[in-house]
Amino acid sequence: MTARRLFSNELEERLDELLFASTSHRSAKGIADGLEKLTREQQERVLHWVGVAAQSYAEVGYLVASLAPRALARLDAAGFEAWVLAGLDAYDRQGGQAAMALLRDLDGFCAARAHAPAAARFADIEVRLARFIQGLSGRALALSAGAFPHTDTETVFLPAQLASLPTQDENRRLYKATAALLWAQTRYGTFGTAAVGIEAALARWPDRERALRWFAALEAVRLEAVLGAELPGLAAEIAALRGPWPEGLRAAAERLGRPDAAVSQTLTFLAECMAGEAEAPMLPHAGAIDLEAALRVRAARQERETDIVRKALSTLKGFGGRQGAGESSPAVNLEGGKLEFSLDGEALALPPEAQAAAQSLLQDLGELPPECLVPAGPGAWQPTEREGGGEDALTSHREPHRRYDEWDYRRRAYRRDWCHLFEVDLPPGDPDYVVKVSLRNTAAIRQIRRRFEMLRGEDRLLGRQPEGEEIDVDALVEAAGDRAAGAEPEARLYSRRIRCERSLAAMFMVDMSGSTKGWVNDAERESLVMLCEALETLGDAYAIYGFSGWTRTRCDIYPVKRFDEAYDAAVRGRIAAVEAKDYTRMGVAIRHLTQLLEAQPARHRLLVTLSDGRPDDFGDEYRGHYGVEDTRRALQEAHERGVRSYCVTIDRHGADYLPRLYGPARYTVLDDAKKLPLKVADIYRRLTT
Amino acid sequence: MSGNPRTLAPQLQTVEIEPYYQPVRDEVALFESAHRRRLPVLLKGPTGCGKTRFVEYMAWRLKRPLVTVACHDDLTTADLVGRYLIVGNETVWVDGPLAAAVRAGAICYLDEIVEARKDTTVVIHPLADNRRMLAIDKRGELLAAPDDFMLVISYNPGYQSVLKEIKPSTRQRFVALEFDYPEAAVEAGIVATEGGVDAETARRLVKLAELTRNLKGAGLDEGASTRLLVHAAQLIADGVEPAAACTAAIARALSDDPEMTGTLDDLVRAVF
Repeated sequence: MTARRLFSNELEERLDELLFASTSHRSAKGIADGLEKLTREQQERVLHWVGVAAQSYAEVGYLVASLAPRALARLDAAGFEAWVLAGLDAYDRQGGQAAMALLRDLDGFCAARAHAPAAARFADIEVRLARFIQGLSGRALALSAGAFPHTDTETVFLPAQLASLPTQDENRRLYKATAALLWAQTRYGTFGTAAVGIEAALARWPDRERALRWFAALEAVRLEAVLGAELPGLAAEIAALRGPWPEGLRAAAERLGRPDAAVSQTLTFLAECMAGEAEAPMLPHAGAIDLEAALRVRAARQERETDIVRKALSTLKGFGGRQGAGESSPAVNLEGGKLEFSLDGEALALPPEAQAAAQSLLQDLGELPPECLVPAGPGAWQPTEREGGGEDALTSHREPHRRYDEWDYRRRAYRRDWCHLFEVDLPPGDPDYVVKVSLRNTAAIRQIRRRFEMLRGEDRLLGRQPEGEEIDVDALVEAAGDRAAGAEPEARLYSRRIRCERSLAAMFMVDMSGSTKGWVNDAERESLVMLCEALETLGDAYAIYGFSGWTRTRCDIYPVKRFDEAYDAAVRGRIAAVEAKDYTRMGVAIRHLTQLLEAQPARHRLLVTLSDGRPDDFGDEYRGHYGVEDTRRALQEAHERGVRSYCVTIDRHGADYLPRLYGPARYTVLDDAKKLPLKVADIYRRLTT
Repeated sequence: MSGNPRTLAPQLQTVEIEPYYQPVRDEVALFESAHRRRLPVLLKGPTGCGKTRFVEYMAWRLKRPLVTVACHDDLTTADLVGRYLIVGNETVWVDGPLAAAVRAGAICYLDEIVEARKDTTVVIHPLADNRRMLAIDKRGELLAAPDDFMLVISYNPGYQSVLKEIKPSTRQRFVALEFDYPEAAVEAGIVATEGGVDAETARRLVKLAELTRNLKGAGLDEGASTRLLVHAAQLIADGVEPAAACTAAIARALSDDPEMTGTLDDLVRAVF
């Protein structure tokens, strides 16, 4: 692999490719001349980011390319990346003009970067913060950058940057305190329970904005005390950040600052505050309350979760054939914060998804809505599930390569020959893609090679061999002992160093659904490059197939690398061609790849799925429970045939359904697509040693 | 050459002092019942949840000697069953731990059985069904296990490697007891007793464990085990500042990933 600099004409060609959609019909010649002087590593970095930027907006890509030499003269690699990302951030939020202005203001960017060491950026601490919040709570809360700190009960929005405190460390802690208080809002009833309606309580005051500001401040007082009961360290940290309570909140701190204070007490106190003239004091760490958003999101979630619980309960009840009139509702037992259902004294085990939904309802409402304990009608078939059908209109007239059965959990039977599977060739992609990725990740690849070589080179000293380079003393002593005791001595007295035969075949199943478009697809392709490097070093048999599809009559499988193919130019081209297509009908893909894997003469067979979400297909049917159950079934079939499966996913809600699909220890959830390429080889190593 | 070489049988110790064990469900009764009925037992559960302690406790309760073997991938059949050794001018047969346990009617505990070589695992098969026999090929001896002998194996289902799975032909011989981390109040009691800390510190440690267990599958392979909590508690009881003790005994023990340890530090600080 040569690392010489690219010449202007080569650069121009690649820029043209990346920027062909640019509306300014300027030639890339001038830009290419500018880039010619950079090192190859810098050139590749620029081309990569130009490509990334051009995916959002070609003009931004053009601007990045033309400003890159100047930017690189002043910024290091991380700074350059930050500069492009800041531009793309601005594009996402405010549009093209803002992005161009930000990118052009290189002086401003460098000055801000140099002079704002005290500011903490959301992007820098997002992962750590997201895990912290996940650690605190059972229910997953997403984190996202937003204009002002608040939560809609499913996402915590935090500002992109905090600089109100003097040091970066303090600003980071401010992020943590703010996020923790917003989490506490969703956890400890700020948005009301079934018994306490916040909306009705706030509707009393004509100046709603003022009431909301007071409400937020008072809740900050209450929640800090509530947090203190379970998480005293966190409460102390928050208290240290905010300093002493401002005058206007002293009384509140006395009345509401108790660990058992409930939101109803906040509302009582709020009435007193609103009776006065004073404005709510500003607190640095207390987010705002966007009640409309929170109630809207919560109502939608409640409806969804009530439905899940109700369906799960009625399916369970249906099993006993006890469905029908006069049936008693299940009893709910809430002892020790654990939610248990029972019917006629018999415990009911809900599927984990439904259990989580019930727990979440409990967190929101303080009780389970009675309607979720009412049977969902005769049978679990919901007419709505069949809506949005029309799938037969999409029936392809091509003859499929194979047909596969699909599991219908409602029938508790297979639908025979239900899915039509096509193996579709990928058109060759950019032949240089793999080289470019390798160049950008030289260090990581070198590390992967070294690690996997160690694994391969895990020579073992095999004792008790009929021949070998050394005498096995243990065996010799034993044989002498045997002979002396009159037994027939063992003739295998040597030890031999051999390379361990791994006898392992691995299949990688890559999600090519529409949702992977963008970052995820990039990450998947880069992961494949890393994986190929690792597996080539290791010598395990492996294959890579992409999958996507559109209804049961068009399930496509895209071979990227078959077991019998070498990792050659054709395979590299196909890796580049992996792209986001349609939907994720997983069951059929698993069944097909299991078949291919089964034909491999290896002792261990491993199926690894790279995905970004749950099983899904066009129309309502495969989405949700049906798809999960079919996929689970397909994985069980694979297991029975000796194929072990593992899933690496970037879906942060993955933990909700993956344990049901893969078992508790057979999946990894990554919180950031960008980590996939670096992690995937490691995961493979852990799976196979 | 004498026809009958001398045999060395290792002396087996019984457990004299009652090991601390807090029963969680009906595992003690099940184990005793299995012992009465001469059935082998499989313990499964995450690391550090009390499997080994449970076996020690049961050995004490049943007043049987306990032989523990930590399995590894070089464990040969001879390592378990025994071998001839030459002592001076004489051959001596030395019983391996399994054979010794069978002879003495002890409890033999094979810890982390999946780590052992597949061909080694097979020698326990005739011991683990109604035959209750151990074949010692070298001596042409077929050792019948006395009624008191009991075979116990353990494994951690959380292992992810495809190469380390317990074969159905092995696992289907055992009565399986599933272990998990106990409920918060029970676990706090264990941490307080074992670690020598007050109830409030124990409660906080368990809270911290709960927070880390929320991260399982999202960056952590396993949450903090009861054992880690006890370690932290012991450091605290020895005068180490609580947050520092948790960082050393829990956060650093769980992950090497800098971002993950950062999160864990945050969680430690949230609780202490």
